[in-house]
Amino acid sequence: MEKDQDKILSEVTTGEYKYGFYSDIEMERIPKGLSEDVVRLISAKKMEPEWLLEFRLKSYRHWLTMKMPTWPNLKIPAINYQEIIFYAAPKQRTNVNSLDDIDPELRKTFDKLGIPLTEQKHLAGVAVDAVIDSVSVKTTFKETLAEMGIIFCSFSDAVKEYPDLVKRYMGSVVPYTDNFFATLNSAVFSDGSFCYIPKGVRCPMELSTYFRINSANTGQFERTLLIADEESYVSYLEGCTAPSRDENQLHAAIVEIVAEKNAEVKYSTVQNWYPGDKEGRGGIFNFVTKRGMCKGENSKISWTQIETGSAITWKYPSCILRGDNSTGEFYSVAVTNNHQQADTGTKMTHIGKNTKSTIVSKGISAGMGQNSYRGLVKVLKNATNARNYSQCDSLLLGDKCGAHTFPYIEVDNQTAIVEHEATTSKIGEDQIFYCNQRGISTEDAIGLIVNGYAREVINKLPMEFAVEAQKLLQISLEGSVG
Amino acid sequence: MLIIKNLKASIAGKCILKGISLNVKPGEIHAIMGPNGSGKSTLAAVLVGREFVEITEGTVTYLGKNLLEMAAEDRAKEGIFLGFQYPIEIPGVSMVNFMKTAVNEHRKFKGLEPLSASDFLKMMREKKELVEIDSKLANRSVNEGFSGGEKKKNEIFQMAMLEPKLAILDETDSGLDIDALRIVANGVNKIKRPDNSFIVITHYQRLLDYIVPDVVHVLYDGRIVKTAGKELALELEEKGYDWIKKEVENNIVA
Amino acid sequence: MNGISEVTERYLQLYKDNIEKISGISSKYINSFRAGAFEKFRELGIPTKKNEAYKYTNLNIFFDHDYKSYFLPVESDFVKAEKFRCDVADLDTHGIVLLNGFYPTINDKLRQLPSGVWVGSLNEAATKFADKIEKHYGKYAKSETDGLIHLNTAMASDGIFIYVPEGVILTKPIQIVDLVQADDDMFNQHRNLIIIEKSAQISLIICDHTLSPHKSLTNAVTEVFVGENAHFDIIRVQNEHNNAGKITHTFIHQEKNSTASSNNMTLHGGLIRNSTYHHLGGDGAESHSYGLFLADKFQHVDNFVNVDHAFPNCTSSQLFKGVLDDMATGAFNGRILVRPGAQGTLAYQKSNSILLTDDAKMDTKPQLEIFADDVKCSHGATVGQLDSEALFYLQSRGINKREARLMLMFGFAHEVIQNIKIEPLRDRMDNLVMQRLKGDLSRCASCVVRCT
Ligand SMILES: Nc1ncnc2c1ncn2[C@@H]1O[C@H](COP(=O)(O)OP(=O)(O)OP(=O)(O)O)[C@@H](O)[C@H]1O
Ligand SMILES: [Mg+2]
Repeated sequence: MEKDQDKILSEVTTGEYKYGFYSDIEMERIPKGLSEDVVRLISAKKMEPEWLLEFRLKSYRHWLTMKMPTWPNLKIPAINYQEIIFYAAPKQRTNVNSLDDIDPELRKTFDKLGIPLTEQKHLAGVAVDAVIDSVSVKTTFKETLAEMGIIFCSFSDAVKEYPDLVKRYMGSVVPYTDNFFATLNSAVFSDGSFCYIPKGVRCPMELSTYFRINSANTGQFERTLLIADEESYVSYLEGCTAPSRDENQLHAAIVEIVAEKNAEVKYSTVQNWYPGDKEGRGGIFNFVTKRGMCKGENSKISWTQIETGSAITWKYPSCILRGDNSTGEFYSVAVTNNHQQADTGTKMTHIGKNTKSTIVSKGISAGMGQNSYRGLVKVLKNATNARNYSQCDSLLLGDKCGAHTFPYIEVDNQTAIVEHEATTSKIGEDQIFYCNQRGISTEDAIGLIVNGYAREVINKLPMEFAVEAQKLLQISLEGSVG
Repeated sequence: MLIIKNLKASIAGKCILKGISLNVKPGEIHAIMGPNGSGKSTLAAVLVGREFVEITEGTVTYLGKNLLEMAAEDRAKEGIFLGFQYPIEIPGVSMVNFMKTAVNEHRKFKGLEPLSASDFLKMMREKKELVEIDSKLANRSVNEGFSGGEKKKNEIFQMAMLEPKLAILDETDSGLDIDALRIVANGVNKIKRPDNSFIVITHYQRLLDYIVPDVVHVLYDGRIVKTAGKELALELEEKGYDWIKKEVENNIVA
Repeated sequence: MNGISEVTERYLQLYKDNIEKISGISSKYINSFRAGAFEKFRELGIPTKKNEAYKYTNLNIFFDHDYKSYFLPVESDFVKAEKFRCDVADLDTHGIVLLNGFYPTINDKLRQLPSGVWVGSLNEAATKFADKIEKHYGKYAKSETDGLIHLNTAMASDGIFIYVPEGVILTKPIQIVDLVQADDDMFNQHRNLIIIEKSAQISLIICDHTLSPHKSLTNAVTEVFVGENAHFDIIRVQNEHNNAGKITHTFIHQEKNSTASSNNMTLHGGLIRNSTYHHLGGDGAESHSYGLFLADKFQHVDNFVNVDHAFPNCTSSQLFKGVLDDMATGAFNGRILVRPGAQGTLAYQKSNSILLTDDAKMDTKPQLEIFADDVKCSHGATVGQLDSEALFYLQSRGINKREARLMLMFGFAHEVIQNIKIEPLRDRMDNLVMQRLKGDLSRCASCVVRCT
């Protein structure tokens, strides 16, 4: 029985990455390496205004004074920034309005990924901004949304068309000095999505950004800015994939969210960057800074993430609960298989009164994977009646992987109630047996149990993507988990 | 002893009790029955002063005093006891210490000296026998790790210790095995005196075989929709609540 | 680290000023560790908040101070200390009084109890039990991050030595009354070594108590070896005044099928930091780590626990509770490490704290690091107030609010106290905690021991 289970486990945990193809698209790349000139070059390529170049240069100069953080529970090989290409774009002009103008090879790429650039009926509920390497190639349903006053476009377009909004909010949640990778991003960010939901508007469809790394030796540094004005609502989803390659590629993104009074933002991520091969060669280094500010009263920001990809993940989607009665949520499933490493979690900073936060984190480790939850719940002195509940569970599949939990709790207000619970265990043999007794194979039983384990989080995803996420989870653990 | 007039109460803005009137005289046993969620526990909560229930209308007079103005512990000392539907576990607080404090608070209220340790233990022993609870339970922390039935027996034990004038038993019979049910009922009957009263909330007739009620009320959707003698309980056992629900609806239509 | 901090510099100097004297009264073997430890201390320094293990404790309030003396005992100290006699009512123990961390006896520096257990001065034992010392000294107190442990190894000259031979079961607990008394501000460090051989059993009570009002700082390291099938309990009761800093590091190494427990009871203290390291170094070992602290005024209490599951089928638990009043601050930092191959591990951790005022503050950092799959590990942490449901239950039985709160707080604390197996001590702790919670305790009356 034990032997069988091991065999099944090893089978389940050796699934193949399905998005590893490479598209031969004519690209324009700048020479590799990083310097002030490169920063200027990126800015020039994007025909940016002076103030933005200043912002980049300021960030770059600050970055030079910084060191890579060593506190994560990760083994990160040295990264040579002079070997990375910081800008790559399809030759053909970007974010065209007519589909006929899009390079057919590009269209094929996104079709293959299941992200149609046409505004198809069966995906009518989802507007997509498709980003490949450094640029956005197409944003769908732009016009439909514009009728309601919703701005959904590439970051570059936003800089040109809505400079005031960008100026006002960019860096207001994640300052350029925030951390090593955020500062790097602030210097060299290429493209990303921009979204503004005006006062009182409930966005009628899911907004989504699809990130694709295609070029070799290229870093991806996108930046997303999402503003929900008073009384508005939006649900936002991002997905990501990359070709299978033997060398590591760097992805260092920033997501900033601002929720004004009574606004609600749901931000979901299905992260499926190339995780590297079974021996741990290649894969994306995913170093991301995501933070939301519940600025107004009664505002709410909810992060949901399904993290199955990347060789190394370093990511802490966080909420600053500034407005009174505001709410922050974090739901996460993180899978590490083979040689993957993840150090992920959240920070909930309670500043306003009656603020609430909920954290549900489910880690799954298989193969030689190392999975760490790292979280901070901080209740400041004036945050009367703050409430937090955290639940962090880890599931171990196999005896060579690791699961780690580092929750920090800092409470400076007596009316606060902060509760944290964590468990680590392997799949319950009695649960498997119960399934067996009902005629379910061990493989299916493991699948059922893992899915049940992650259910609470998957249920938080928009319906269209919950099924995808579930499949992804299975693929990531394929071989043993049904 | 207890006079409830047109009591309306809500929880988190939702109206749960929609005008309840009830008159309990000394020595009477009232049974309250009714479908799940009809408001029985809410009524009990109002009587013992739980703050999450907001009283929007009506009065409650207990022994001539305005009950609604009294603090929870004062109500207890005035003789109101609630056997909780879901008794809470309090780790680290021993039953002995817990009961000693409660008993002595009651005595102080009556102007009596606190019991000496030996008198108190003697009393514990007697009452334990009365309700036939395992003496080991009394050595543990309050309700901690008790089984469902043990928790209920523990409620009755506490009632025996505190000798209330008005005891409200909220589904004290659920979760009890047949012997325990008899024990609990006997306990109640032994404590019963001509001047004290009971409100027994239950779903089952079988408890009422042991504790014979003077009056049976049916609480439905926040109102007492039917009041009759003990035969009502038998009728409900047989026919369920549907006919009552119909009656109510017809009345509204009419 | 580039550049040595000013605070660290103080202690480097202290070493240079005193090392000759210290080496002069110690054995060669113990001296052989000093130079290396000194280098390591120079490298690591006095821990700052940048050190993850000290993230929530500012040591500088006590370390950045000019202590007029580094305590090294002279004969007159021993004479003075010998006059102390302390005992706990109803508690039948083998009592030992330590003064400023030193075994204050002139003649009988190492004595054998009737049961065959040896107790005495570590220095003395270093010659008499040279083989034991060489086998165990410096083997368990190791750290790559904590400079204070190295500072102790570099400079401690004496402390307690206990040797329990194979199979000896000591029914009476050994009680060490650890007094700090000085005529001036004083820094002292001592080093204990406790060896419990196969199938032996003892309980040890350490009462930390400060007598003189001067500012004092103690940095103590205790190494414990618990042999196969052996059993060891250590209970530390801390009663210090607000001007006293106490840093303890206790390393408990366990062999196969042994059981050990540690219980840190902090009733009072200026700055308290207790680090307890449980090393489950053999199949089937079991460890329990408990802690209770009650802090008010400007006190700070930090408990650090590290449980290392290095072998399969071991069990561990941690239970730490704190009540913080006034401006007091508390920290709990508990780590469970399950090493590769440590299958069949059961590890459990719980920490709960209650804040009584707006100015009190609690920081909690539990950690699980798990490298084996057949494990059941869990932890729970809460910071909050008394349970309002429970409060209501008590009130509904006629208990007034103040009393009900007190009962709940007591119950909260009792969950830790009930793990003390020595009944008279448990009762005494219950009493002290109750009085402390009622707030009518003066420093000296709160002492678990009575001294004459
Ligand atoms: N704390 C609360 N918050 C919100 N709603 C509540 C709360 N307590 C009770 N309710 C609601 O009030 C209604 C009445 O509940 P109550 O517990 O009084 O019913 P009951 O008659 O005792 O039911 P049962 O027979 O199942 O015990 C239910 O709809 C219940 O969901
Ligand atoms: Mg009920």
